[in-house]
Amino acid sequence: MRHAFAVRIGPVGFRIGSAWAGPVEHLRTLYAGYPTPDDGVADFTVRLEAERPWRRWIRPSVAIRGDFTLPDAAPLPLAQGLLAAEMGMNLQMALGQRRYLILHASAVERDGRALLMTGHSGAGKSTLAALLGERGWRFMGDEFALLDPATGQLHAFPRMISLKNEAIATMAADVDSRRFGPLLKGTPKGDIRHLRPNDAALAAMDRPARPALILFPRFGFESAERPMAPSEVFVRLTQASTNYVALGEPGFAALTGLVKSVPSIAIDYPDTARAVAQVERLWATLAS
Amino acid sequence: MAAILYAADPPEARRRVSLDALDAIHHRPSGQTHLVCEPIPQILEALAAGPADAAGIVARLAIAHEFDPADAATIIAARLAELEAIGLLWRV
Repeated sequence: MRHAFAVRIGPVGFRIGSAWAGPVEHLRTLYAGYPTPDDGVADFTVRLEAERPWRRWIRPSVAIRGDFTLPDAAPLPLAQGLLAAEMGMNLQMALGQRRYLILHASAVERDGRALLMTGHSGAGKSTLAALLGERGWRFMGDEFALLDPATGQLHAFPRMISLKNEAIATMAADVDSRRFGPLLKGTPKGDIRHLRPNDAALAAMDRPARPALILFPRFGFESAERPMAPSEVFVRLTQASTNYVALGEPGFAALTGLVKSVPSIAIDYPDTARAVAQVERLWATLAS
Repeated sequence: MAAILYAADPPEARRRVSLDALDAIHHRPSGQTHLVCEPIPQILEALAAGPADAAGIVARLAIAHEFDPADAATIIAARLAELEAIGLLWRV
């Protein structure tokens, strides 16, 4: 490829090739200071290619290719090349990751113990993790949490945080503007702006944590909390895992072990300020 | 009508974890996960002694468990049909 970039995020190495310089320049800026893949060998490759040769110049549109490809994925305009890179990296992880059980969840850590947050798109897991990461917690990831079947430990995957719509303004109030990527308007997911995790998240990204609490947040409702039974959590997390079936029995053992040992609570919240307060209170109850 | 005889894989073909009122079962030959409640795990255990029909399974369960035998054969027959449908046992 004409332009290439390599990065390691937590335990996973990526190589991203692009037909255009733009997306790679943005990646270099946002991922400045991240390590490169161990021994120079990436786990996954993403290629951002022109949909047709002439589409590199004329109405350039980015097709996402790589080790794993969705044949009917629609190409994105070049202005959304950063989103194409993010989607390509997610796709390789979701379909190709075999070492860890992937949970579609955000995670933060305090005192060596991890808080997992999962839920449907728009539930607020990314925003909450990003916000907690600026308020005394270590940000571990906003999209994927990696559960090691061999140890039961959670590994961080602190990729750049994908903020959508209202969450962009929420975080802009808390964070130095230099940590933001360009505003991508009118993507298939609405407006998106990427936020670079803070230095503390980067410095600790190779340090796993023991899962201690699982939350299922839901945005837009009056504050409420409901403890969840292990069997319900088990079903929800099999649905929230992209590689549970592929992992077979180790995945089964890891997930049953997780839901039996870690309490889970569904929380409704009307705004992020009250969500943060709810999380702090539940965490304090856990520790006492 | 002849009674239907059912058989299941041996216990080592399954990994069972009790979660709460429900058990999770990983079926090794198929790689599938099932969430089940009583008396499903007990039926599968009872079949470790070899194929049996509903009445035979009731008799085996009665050795180790206390229950009202009146409706038991009907209930067990219904569960056996469900277990056959999800592939955890088969007719012989």
